[in-house]
This record gives sequence, structure tokens and C-alpha cells, in this order.
Amino acid sequence: MFALLGAVIAVILVSLAVGAYTVAIPDLAKTLIGQGDTKDNFIVLQLRLPRVAIGAIVGIAFGIAGALFQSMLGNPLASPDIIGITGGASAAAVAGLLVFGVTGLAVSSMAFLGALLVATAIYLLSWRSGITGFRFVLVGIACAFMVQGLLGYLLTRADVRDAQAALVWLVGSLSGTRWPDIAIAAGGLAIILPLVALLAPRLKLLQLGDESAAGLGVPVARTRLLLLFTAVALAAIGTAAVGPIAFVAFVSAPIARRLVRTGGLALIPSALVGVLIVLVSDFAAQHLLPGGVQVPAGIITGAIGAPYLLWLLATTNRARGEV
Amino acid sequence: MTITTPVAAHDLKMTGLHLAYDGREVIADLDLQIPAGKITVIVGPNACGKSTLLKGIARLLKPSAGTVTLDGADIHGIPTKKLATLIGLLPQQPTAPEGITVGDLVARGRYPHQGWFARQSSSDDAVVSHALESTGALELAGRRVEELSGGQRQRVWIAMALAQEPDILLLDEPTTFLDVTHQVDVLDVLMDLNRTRATTIVMVLHDLNLAARYADHLVVMAAGKIVTEGSPEDVITVSTVERAFGLESLVVADPVCGSPMVIPIGRFHGAGAS
Repeated sequence: MFALLGAVIAVILVSLAVGAYTVAIPDLAKTLIGQGDTKDNFIVLQLRLPRVAIGAIVGIAFGIAGALFQSMLGNPLASPDIIGITGGASAAAVAGLLVFGVTGLAVSSMAFLGALLVATAIYLLSWRSGITGFRFVLVGIACAFMVQGLLGYLLTRADVRDAQAALVWLVGSLSGTRWPDIAIAAGGLAIILPLVALLAPRLKLLQLGDESAAGLGVPVARTRLLLLFTAVALAAIGTAAVGPIAFVAFVSAPIARRLVRTGGLALIPSALVGVLIVLVSDFAAQHLLPGGVQVPAGIITGAIGAPYLLWLLATTNRARGEV
Repeated sequence: MTITTPVAAHDLKMTGLHLAYDGREVIADLDLQIPAGKITVIVGPNACGKSTLLKGIARLLKPSAGTVTLDGADIHGIPTKKLATLIGLLPQQPTAPEGITVGDLVARGRYPHQGWFARQSSSDDAVVSHALESTGALELAGRRVEELSGGQRQRVWIAMALAQEPDILLLDEPTTFLDVTHQVDVLDVLMDLNRTRATTIVMVLHDLNLAARYADHLVVMAAGKIVTEGSPEDVITVSTVERAFGLESLVVADPVCGSPMVIPIGRFHGAGAS
């Protein structure tokens, strides 16, 4: 846990210091406490800090959103990027950008509504005198395809230059983040995270099965709806800010649980792992590709996440087969 | 130690109870009074509604008609968390999250006694360790639940239910999937709990003979109705077994403790066999 926190701090410092123009550590320290020279100030505070800040915020949002979905539904595949929740947020945001020409808070609100709409649809379609994780995931995957179709429609109908801009956003990129966007995302986290803290003890009981949880005094259906709402909101906050960075929500919690070795929720470790993945991917996407190519961070996370998905599918099926 | 203090006696009663799944009626017009401080065992053939009845008592199912009352109050009107301090439930197949330790799992049973953020206090710790001790699971506290054998796991789940400190404990077939040694072992743990703490126990059991041995009060069900109830000696007769299970049998006294013991006859044995 402390090692994780240390790694996050180290990655933040490296992201701020290293680049086409590298700031020495003493200069970085000076700049951060407001005593740097004009050049360092511009590069660190104007160019790199917003990028790192939004990376940290969406890392937290995606990391916790994934952990909540997976624990609540008891299924490692139940992550907002797999079951179409971030897809819903993307489609709504792209519709906002391309069709209605809105920006800023309006885009975030539309992303939230889109995510909520998809989540509601999945919930209603998979409800059969209760919710089971498996059915929820299957219905969610079907919904993800429908949302993908809608996105394709929007992009093909749009003006080429607009579609290009939307595509970069759809892959998930931290570049071009401005402070107002950061403020919106941070404000969203400030509202949702206390709610998560309040619901966490009940989620720990839902992990024991609906009947055990009910026997221990948890109002199961209401708690699951509230958890769904918070997890959807977190996924939407992240997506609205930088686009649906692939697989961050999906892999953060399982990695965090493996690192801290706990049967608990591991919400804070998941958030830290989320931050780590987003920042390292963004750093790699900017500086580490051969030939100095720069790509959106989502390309890197996708390249890491997809093999993990395959591995997970292969091993879970094998485990099921044994029982 | 709080856990050893005798619990309050409660009046748990079902009146004109109807329970249904998706509109299909499973329990029809059932009346039952659970004797306080005793072990009540519900038996009956498969699909007779015994597990459904337990779910109704545990408030997992809302009655389509009739009521379940605790000390005169409808259980659906009692705040959820408050009810959980009075009635505990061990479902047939609870799930343990991957990687959870025994100590962590049992501690989750303290939830109904805790405030909003579920902070573990030192008195919680004392109750948890006593719950582990009285189920013989104390030395397992640091182990992961998935590493345990079936019998050990069931002890741990019972320990979690004990950590909840309920006055009434409901168990749905706590001995299924266990070999005979561990079946007896689990039932002994429950009997201990009942005799030392006067916890009212209501459980569904498959095995008629174990039911007859451990029950103070035996309820025989068939087709969603109670066929008969009372002390095992009064209830277990050749004609009751025939009526509820459609089984031809012989009833003798259990050589160990004198409770009635059912010996099935079947087609190939006994007087009628060729």
C-alpha cells in the first residue's frame, strides 16, 4: 500500500520533470512551491501539471468505478468499459459535441446521462426477481455493442474534421486538458467519493451473497441501486474528462487486490493502481514510443488491457470447468 | 463476555402465511409458533416449501398474504438493521469473496451492531474472537476461507452468524455437502449455542434421524403445509413418514439417545420383498 503510494508520487514527479525539456529535481521543487523561473513555470505548471492532475483524477475515478462494479456484481468482467457504461457516456458526449455543439459542463452532464441511461437499461433488462452478476454482464456486453453502433453512426454522419477530433477523444487522451475541465472532474469526485465511503461497509456484506447481506441487515436492492449510481457516476466523470481510456477500470481492482493480498474491497489501492496505469500509459504514449511518435494514452492501456482480458477469459473458464 | 449471556426470549409467530415465487404459491395459509429458547427443526420432502418458509421468516420473501410477527410486530415493519440484531440467517450457499481471511469474514457479522462507517471496536473484536472460539475455529482466524475444508468452512460461517449475536438463528440445511462426522460436529456446535446461551434455533435439515435427535420441536412439512409438529417422539411415526414422504418405514428407538429413528424399507427388502 505504501509502496503503491510511493510509486504514484514517483510517477507524478517524473511526469512533471521529464519531457522534451527536462526540469532538474531542485528546479521542479522550486517551481512547485512557486519560486521557479518563467520558463519552468510555463512548462511545469501550464503544460504538464494539468495533464498529470487530470490523469490522477480519472485514474481514481476509473479505478474505483471498476472495483465497485466488480465487487457489487461478483464478476471480474463486470467493469464499466466492458459492459457499455463508458460506451454510453462516450456516445452521449460525442452526440453533444457533434450534433448539439455543446462544450464544458454540458458535455460532462450528457456523458453522465448517457452512462446512467445505459446502466438503467442493463438493470431493467437483466432484472428477474433480483439481479445476478452473470446476467448483468451478458446484457451489458450486448448493450455495449448497441452503443458502439450508435457511435459509428454519429461519426460517419459528422463533418470529417469534427469526427477526427471526436475520435482522438474517443481513444482517450490527456492532452489539451484545461483547468475548468479539471475543476468539473474534481468537483464530481468530491461529491461521489464520500457516498462511496458511506456505502463501502454495505458492499462488503453484498460480497457474501444477497441472502447473507439481507440477513445481516442490509437493504439489498436499495444498496445495489445506490452503488450502481455511484459507480456509473465515477465512470462518467472519467469518460467526460478524457474519453473512455480503455481497460483502466477493468484491470485496476484485480491488480490492486493481487498486490495488497486482501479479500476486502481494496478501493484505495484500486484508485492508486488506476492513477499509476493512466500516468504511466500517458508518459509512455508521449515519450517512450520509437521514432518519437505521440499517441493518446488509451492506445497504450488498450494494448496492455486486451491481453489481460484474454488471459482472464482463458483462466476463468478453466476454473469453472473443474467444478 | 457478552456472547455467553443468555438472550431474551422472543415470540416468533406466523399467521395465515402465504409465500409465493413469481406468483406461484409455495406456502399456503400456514400457522406456526416457534418455541423460544428451543431448537426447532423443519423437515419434509424436496420442494415441500421448507426453505421457502425459512426465507419468509428471515424476511427475504415478502408474504403474499398473512404475517410473520416478532413479539407482536410485523417483521416487515422493523428497521432492517435492528431486526438483524435479533434474527440471524445462514443461507444454504453463502459466498466468500476471493482471498478473504476467516477473521475478516467473521468480523463482517458485526455490521448490524456498528454505526455508519462500520468501525471495528474492541468489544467487536472480543465478540468475534469468542465466536471463533465457541465454533472451534479460532486457530483458523488467519487462514483464507478458500483454503478450508467443507466442515471448517461451515464452522466459520456459523461463527459469522454468532458474531452477529442474534437471539434467533435461522439455518438452511447447515449440514448439506458435509460428511457424517462434520454433520454431527456442526449440529453439536449449534446445540452448544442453544444450551449455553438459550439462542432460539430454527433450521431446515435433510436427515430425518439427525433432525429427530437434535430437535426439541419438530415440524414436518409436505406440499407447502405443515403435516404435524411437536416433540420428535410424538411426531415421528410410521404413519407420519408415510403421509409426508410417501415412504414405507420402520420407526425404532435410536440406540444412542432413545429418539425415534426412521428405517426406510424400500422395494427390495422387508416382508413384501420376494
